[in-house]
Amino acid sequence: MVVGMSSDPQFDQFQGTSSYIASDELRHAVNVAVALGRPLLVRGEPGTGKTLLAENLAAALGLPLIRWHVKSTTKAKDGLYVYDTVARLHDSRFGGDVRDIAKYIKLGPLGEALSSSSRVVLLIDEIDKADIEFPNDLLLELDAMRFRIDETGREVVAAERPIVIITSNNEKELPDAFLRRCVFHYIQFPDRELMTRIVRVHHPDITDRVLDNALEAFFSLRATPRLRKKPSTSELIDWICALKKSGVDLSKVGHGIPFLGTLLKTESDVELVQKRAKA
Amino acid sequence: MLIDFLFELRRRKLPVSTHEWMALMEAMALGLHESSLDGFYHLCRTLCVKDIAQYDAYDEAFLAYFKDIHTDSLQLTEQLRAWLADPKLLEGLTDEQREALKGLDLEKLRELFEQRLREQKERHDGGNRWIGTGGTSPFGTGGFNPNGMRVGGGGGRSAMAVADQRLFKEYRRDVVLDVRQIDVALRGLRRLGREGAQEELDLDETIDQTCKNAGELEVIFRPPRRNRVKVVLLMDVGGSMDPHSELVSRLFTAASRTGRFAKFRSYYFHNCVYNSVYEDAQFRKGLPVADLLATSDRDEKLVVVGDALMHPAELLDPGGSMYLYTSTRASGIEWLRRLAHYFRSSAWLNPEPERFWSGTTIEVIASVFPMYALTLDGLAQAVRFLVRGGERPRVGDPSKWVRAMGS
Repeated sequence: MVVGMSSDPQFDQFQGTSSYIASDELRHAVNVAVALGRPLLVRGEPGTGKTLLAENLAAALGLPLIRWHVKSTTKAKDGLYVYDTVARLHDSRFGGDVRDIAKYIKLGPLGEALSSSSRVVLLIDEIDKADIEFPNDLLLELDAMRFRIDETGREVVAAERPIVIITSNNEKELPDAFLRRCVFHYIQFPDRELMTRIVRVHHPDITDRVLDNALEAFFSLRATPRLRKKPSTSELIDWICALKKSGVDLSKVGHGIPFLGTLLKTESDVELVQKRAKA
Repeated sequence: MLIDFLFELRRRKLPVSTHEWMALMEAMALGLHESSLDGFYHLCRTLCVKDIAQYDAYDEAFLAYFKDIHTDSLQLTEQLRAWLADPKLLEGLTDEQREALKGLDLEKLRELFEQRLREQKERHDGGNRWIGTGGTSPFGTGGFNPNGMRVGGGGGRSAMAVADQRLFKEYRRDVVLDVRQIDVALRGLRRLGREGAQEELDLDETIDQTCKNAGELEVIFRPPRRNRVKVVLLMDVGGSMDPHSELVSRLFTAASRTGRFAKFRSYYFHNCVYNSVYEDAQFRKGLPVADLLATSDRDEKLVVVGDALMHPAELLDPGGSMYLYTSTRASGIEWLRRLAHYFRSSAWLNPEPERFWSGTTIEVIASVFPMYALTLDGLAQAVRFLVRGGERPRVGDPSKWVRAMGS
C-alpha cells in the first residue's frame, strides 16, 4: 500500500519512531484515527507492542501521554473522577473546612485528558480486563469528549479532542456499540523480516549471524505445539539482551536454548520444550 | 456508487452500521483514502470491520465489488449444504435388499468407502453402489442401509459414521425462557473467596474499630467476594442431539453469563470425544484434546453435555470415530477416560430421559463420568457433586460391558 502520498500534509503525522517500528498498515490506522478524532482500538497477541504504540505516538507528536491501566476492578466512572467521601468524612472529624466539595474531587485519567488545555494522547490499556459493561459506560464520554461532575455541577469539555489509543488482548468480546465508534487495527505477529528490523532497533550492534541464529531458534520455539504461552517480541528482545551480556554463542550451543526462562514463563512449557529437545 | 458496496458488505453478514459508514464518508472527504484503491481498502477495513474473523469476508466483498471477480465461496457452501440437506428418499426396497445391507462391519465399511471415493467422479442419487443420496449403497445420506456410513446431512439416530461437514445450528443463542431456573441451579456452583483489591467497606469491622478507637473514625475495607470456580463445558451437537438442542442452548446461555465463573470455556463435539474438540458447532476449528488438557488446570470443573448414545463400535472400537479422517488408534471411551482422569471433578449431563439409559452406551460412559439427567434435579445434584464430591450415581450394570471394553 502507499503511505506518504497524502494530499493533506497534516495526515501523515505518525511515521513510527527511531525505537518503534510500525508496519505500514498500523501507521495508516493511527493516522486515520488521529484525523477523524476517533479512538483507535488495537488488538493483538500480548507482547506485540500495543502499549508501546501510545508511548511512541506521544513522543513522535510531542504530546503528553496520560495512561489509564485498566484492571478487573476498574469502574468507568473512576476514569472520569473520584469523589473522595472518606477523606471528606475524615477531615470533618478534625474540624477542617469541608464545605468545598471540589476539594475532594480527584480527576481520573480520562477526566484529566478531557480537561487538559492542550492536546494529549490518552492510553486506555487492556480495556478487556474490566467488566464487560465497562466500554459501554465510556461511550458518551468518548463520543462527545465531555462529561459532568454531578457533585459540583461542573461541566468538563475537551478543548481539543485527545488522541485515544485503546488496547485489548482479546480476552473478552467487546460490545458492538463500542466497536462502532472505534477505528480498529489488529497487530499481526511480526514476520521474520519485520522482526529483524525491530530487533535491530533495540540491538543495533548485533551481528547478522547472531541475529539469524537467534531468530531461527525463536521462531522454531514459537512453532512448538501446545505451548501455553508463546514467547513474544518483548521477550525475544530481553532474551537477546541476556545472550549478549553473557557472551553465549548460539551456534555453538546445539539443540538446547540458553536462558529459556526469559522466553517461556510457565513450568509446563519449559518441560515440554526440554522434552522435545531431547527427543 | 459506494452505497452498493455497503450493501455488498452487509450481504456477506458484515455488521457494518450507518454510523461507521458515515465515518468512512467523512474520512474520504478528508482524503484519508489517499485517492487510491489500496488506501480505500485499508481505510474502509479499519473503520468498518472490527473483528479479524471477518477480514476474509471483507476481502471477498472487496474483490467482488471492485474487480468483478466472483470468489463466492460462501454461497457455494450454501449450495452444497442445500444439496446435502435434501436427500431423495428411495422407497420400496425388497426384503432381500434389506437383508443384504446388514452385516457389514466398520473396518470393512471404511475400506470400501475409501476405495469407492477414489473411483467416484460425479454425483449420484439412487443406485446401490456410489456415494450419493437415497439408494441402498452403504455410503451416502438418507439411505436405507442400517449399517451404512452417512455422508453429510440427513437425520436419523444411529448412522454409523459421518464423513462430511453437516449443518448444525450454533448453540450460542440467547434463549430467555427458563434460563432463570438453570441460573438458580448453577448458582450453587461456586467457591467464594475474597481476592483482589480492598474496595468493599467492611461495615462491621469499621464500627468495631471505631468503637475501640473511642469514637475516632477508622474505616476498614476488604476485597469483595468472587466466584473462583473455572468451568470447561463440552457439548454434543447434531444428529441424535437435535431434539435436545433447545435445552442445551438454555444451559449454555445460563452458564456463559459473564461474571458467573472465574473462567469459562466451551467446546463442541459430535457423538463422542475423539482426538479433538471444536470451537464451533460446524467443526471447523479443532482443538486437540491434548491441547485442551495442556491449557487447563486440573482444578477446573469439566461438564459434558450429551446423550451418550451411539453405536457401541463408535465408543469401544479403536478408531471408531465418526470422522473418518481424524480417527486414531484410541477408542472413544479411552478419550473420555483421559478427560475424566485429568480433571479432578467432572460431571456428564444427559438430556435423554433416565428410563432409557439401561442397556445402552450410556451405562458405559456412566462408569467413566458421573452421569446426571439434564433436569433441574439432575443439575442440582451434579452441581453438588462438582462442589463437594461424594458418591457417584450408579447407572445400570456396567459389568456386562467390562468384557467388551477389555479392562
